[in-house]
Amino acid sequence: MAKIRCAIIGSGNIGTDLIYKIQRSPVLEAVWMVGIDPESEGLKRAADMGLKTTHEGVDGMLPFIEEDNIQIAFDATSAYVHAENSRKVNEKGVLMIDLTPAAIGPLCVPPVNLAKQAENAEMNVNMISCAGQATIPIVNAVAQVQGVEYAEIIASLSSKSIGAGTRANLDEFTFTTSNAIEKVGGAKKGKALCIINPADPPMIMRNTIYCLTEGEPDKKAITASILKMIGEVQKYVPGYKLVNGPDFEGNKVAVFMEVAGLGDYLPTYAGNLDIMTAAATRTAEMFADEMLAGTFQPKAKEIA
Amino acid sequence: MSEASLKGRKVILHDMSLRDGMHAKKEQISIDEMVAIAQGLDHAGVPYVQVTHGAGVGGNSIQHGFAPHSNKDYISAVAAAVEKIKISVLLIPGLGTMKELEEAYEAGARSVHVATHCTEADTSPQHIAFAKNLGMDTSGFLMMAHLASPEKIAEQGKMMEDFGADTVYVTDSAGYMLPADVKAHISALRAVLKPETEIGFHGHHNLGMGVANSVTAIECGASRIDASAAGMGAGAGNTPTEVLAAVLDRMGAETGIDLFKLMDVAEDVVLPVMGQPVRVDRDSLTLGYAGVYSTFLFHAKRAAERFGVPARDVLVELGRKKMIGGQEDMIFDTAMTMAKERGLLKEAHELETA
Repeated sequence: MAKIRCAIIGSGNIGTDLIYKIQRSPVLEAVWMVGIDPESEGLKRAADMGLKTTHEGVDGMLPFIEEDNIQIAFDATSAYVHAENSRKVNEKGVLMIDLTPAAIGPLCVPPVNLAKQAENAEMNVNMISCAGQATIPIVNAVAQVQGVEYAEIIASLSSKSIGAGTRANLDEFTFTTSNAIEKVGGAKKGKALCIINPADPPMIMRNTIYCLTEGEPDKKAITASILKMIGEVQKYVPGYKLVNGPDFEGNKVAVFMEVAGLGDYLPTYAGNLDIMTAAATRTAEMFADEMLAGTFQPKAKEIA
Repeated sequence: MSEASLKGRKVILHDMSLRDGMHAKKEQISIDEMVAIAQGLDHAGVPYVQVTHGAGVGGNSIQHGFAPHSNKDYISAVAAAVEKIKISVLLIPGLGTMKELEEAYEAGARSVHVATHCTEADTSPQHIAFAKNLGMDTSGFLMMAHLASPEKIAEQGKMMEDFGADTVYVTDSAGYMLPADVKAHISALRAVLKPETEIGFHGHHNLGMGVANSVTAIECGASRIDASAAGMGAGAGNTPTEVLAAVLDRMGAETGIDLFKLMDVAEDVVLPVMGQPVRVDRDSLTLGYAGVYSTFLFHAKRAAERFGVPARDVLVELGRKKMIGGQEDMIFDTAMTMAKERGLLKEAHELETA
């Protein structure tokens, strides 16, 4: 069966884990891995796994996009270089899935708003952040039942799972996630906190979601909505699990989640890696389905 | 014998009662109370006072509690009422952002503790650089320092110095350290930092070691010490500023503080604000003994009440799981898990079908 050919930009933790997720997909094929450091472990591993590689950034791959028929690119670099990367591949008619906090395209959380992205024939879709992917479905599950005045999320991540880029740019992570809690989650106001825990053995990714509802929470309907949403996320992240809650105190709803990964590139504690790469892969698959069915053909953007 | 053994040493005391003290008051201190305490400290010659929500700029949250006023309002009110004392703030990357630091600066803050867990200094470069750009007196603040070896502390402190920090702090957030630990950490830092980079120590009194640890830190090269008037801070409180000032005076160190005026502020102004006493009791002692973040105390007591699991059991379990500052949500989570194990709480799907 035909597959849509993909490029991964960024050879860090996220980019490398993406190779495994894409290789498992029935409709995607990982063809290129782009890095900037010839010594990076990610590039070596990509080459071992049969991908074409370059350490000369996106420019090192651009001349091969047509002949290798690349149709989707994943950017796992940083917010600062994403816009330029996106412009370059969009010009060649390649759809961009953005895993940085740059968020220049519409924000996507698959079980909440994936279908809409394809309808709008977007050329750049942003995956927010690992914390966003792990918490926004729950915020949205509450917001589907009744108004959410304020939602606050706390992501606890193991130190070993956080790469240099995220560490040096925590504010971007915070801003992008807070904004997405409102725009995608449906809360009137959102706030995101993130904690990096160095415990050894590493702690599994944990996420706490607090929602303040408008009026007294409908406990039964909210509990049912949350459990249903968890089932939706589990379709692409099997280790997405409810640990405690929903707990109701006044108009506060508290939900305590855990995310175990598949243990592809990093061990299972790094669920933050998986929920990001799995969500990006699921997003790409939906576009790929449309491309293969001939209902969506990405168009090269005119050079202004 | 030890009399005058710190003769001529200049030590900067940094009062924490209006930041760490916010934890002791469950973030409920009025603007009038803040202004009165800050003015008292100012008149007593204390050079720095930290003013923010207990969790710093960006701290107002469900996770850390909501104070009745914004950080901006507290800082502006104190800045307008004091003469010499410098106002500092706390910024924990991942919770507070550069945007909120800039607001604090505009309101009058001129010094900042940029705080990370003791092994995660590399989450602070953008914040330290931003503070330096604003011209702020900038400290790197390595929290829960008992969880790292002296070599690790030296490596992480050096990183913060490279980012631009003027001072690097060893922060005993759990009140777990003993003088020998303080000596090892401070000495390791002193050996790697530039001579002009200052070293700070921030203690908690959970094992009653705040003053002794601070003196040890100074003996090993620290020149900035965080303390709190009347000890008002998280857990069993911080090193009491007036007690440390008295000890340092006896030892010949120079703090520039009028001791009797400071004693009066602690007794007449801070104590009435404190309400319930901040002291070493069963639960705060457990923090120090088990190495748990001091701020966890009230959260654990509340979770204990709600789910029927003793606070001490919850605190010990949090210590075992190596939970760090900022993971207050895991207190409730842990209490709920323990309650389920003890048959006191049901699972969500059981509730749904009930």
